[in-house]
Amino acid sequence: MSMPFYVSPEQLMKDRADYARKGIARGRSVVVVGYDEGIAFATENPSAALHKISEIYDRIAFAAVGKYNEFENLRVAGIRYADLRGYSYDRSDVSARALANAYAQTLGTVFTTESKPLEVELAVAEVGATPDADQIYRLSYDGSVSDERRFVVMGGQADQLTARMEDGWRAGMDLGGAVSLAVAALGSHGEDEPRRIEPGQLEVAVLDRTRPRRAFRRLRTDAVADLLAAGA
Amino acid sequence: MPDLPGRLPASFTTPGNASFVDFLASHDPSLLPAGRGLPPGELPASPHGTTIVALRHAGGVVMAGDRRATAGSMIASRQIEKVHPADHYSAIGIAGTAGLALELVRLFQLELEHYEKIEGAVLSLDGKANRLATMVRGGLGLAMQGLAVLPLFGGYDADRGAGRIFSYDVTGGRYEESDHHAVGSGSVFARGSLKKLWRPRLPEGDAIEVAVHALVDAADDDSATGGPDLVRRIWPTVAVVDMDGYRAVGPDELADVVARVDAARREDEQR
Repeated sequence: MSMPFYVSPEQLMKDRADYARKGIARGRSVVVVGYDEGIAFATENPSAALHKISEIYDRIAFAAVGKYNEFENLRVAGIRYADLRGYSYDRSDVSARALANAYAQTLGTVFTTESKPLEVELAVAEVGATPDADQIYRLSYDGSVSDERRFVVMGGQADQLTARMEDGWRAGMDLGGAVSLAVAALGSHGEDEPRRIEPGQLEVAVLDRTRPRRAFRRLRTDAVADLLAAGA
Repeated sequence: MPDLPGRLPASFTTPGNASFVDFLASHDPSLLPAGRGLPPGELPASPHGTTIVALRHAGGVVMAGDRRATAGSMIASRQIEKVHPADHYSAIGIAGTAGLALELVRLFQLELEHYEKIEGAVLSLDGKANRLATMVRGGLGLAMQGLAVLPLFGGYDADRGAGRIFSYDVTGGRYEESDHHAVGSGSVFARGSLKKLWRPRLPEGDAIEVAVHALVDAADDDSATGGPDLVRRIWPTVAVVDMDGYRAVGPDELADVVARVDAARREDEQR
């Protein structure tokens, strides 16, 4: 009988983390950014059917990068979680914080107990009555959660894009400004000339705080083109 | 596989089902109305909702319900709402045991929204009507113990560009009504009234008036149906569903309609 090699826990976790990180970096980035009347989501996604951004509940939305089948599974679980909670208590008792916790526990458990970690990174956002009441949570493949202000960039060359967002972000930006900034960041290439992304290649959605009840709205290609033209 | 503590349970991550009712059935059936067995014994008097009318008009469907709930010979509520939006393009009215009926409405609304969120598409009107039939059939056990709930479903069918009305029986039978329909204890009188007043392609305003007329006629002869209350200014619930979606008719507009219906009846009396 052959003895398995000893692998130290540090090495095991590091290998898993490297594996997950590589998978996530392969995909295209998603930008989540707050603006005066809500929270905007943007990503480069040529498919009109396979979404990376989705409605979860009245004021809550979800964005993900990484492996489609894995985050799609988590998205559906999130909708079931939110709808069940709203049905058992009240619509006002469904919060992004509780959902982020449930996701964090799930990601963390898979990371430590299963042979392969989930190659996903998620953002859960809830729009409040004022920009100060907005919440954006970012969840990593290992279950770590961070409570973000202003914006979140996930996947791809997230560090470079974050630097671009830092430069351009202003408090009280309108929707056109926020979407233009997000798209500019998605097209940035470090020191190189930025790439222009056609509106048809973008998936853009918003949580609009001015809408009653269901705040989530997808923006169609022509609406995105208008916003980019106005914000440029 | 047992669920690990803290993690979302396996029933949440099982792929392949966009139905909230089916999800509840696999996750925790006791949360469904049909999942609760009833012990034998006498049922205490509980509120019942009564008359709902629906009719097709030029742009879509008008649905209206009176505001009374009765428990035996007592009036349990003067202002219960029995007509609700099911989603943006359809309305559901309910007659029968009020508690279960309102729960059915809540579950049906959630069922449609849940599908829409998971699939990223809206169910067809036939799909919605069939889903409701399945849910009504699920309540057959409760109906046999005297807790029947009967919905009336109407909506705007974007593919056909017209309003459609569906009625149900307790066994889950689904019947499409061509012009108009009524359910509940006052439905016999309301149907008679609709038969005489309904015309094809009625304008929206006239259709609302016909619906209120039918409810007033039902209230005239059925003790469990309440007419418009001029003292407390309680009007029937009236909803219009057309290509712009669901719209609840506001109290000021209803006050005018009720005044017109009242005037027409006075005129008839004096003749």
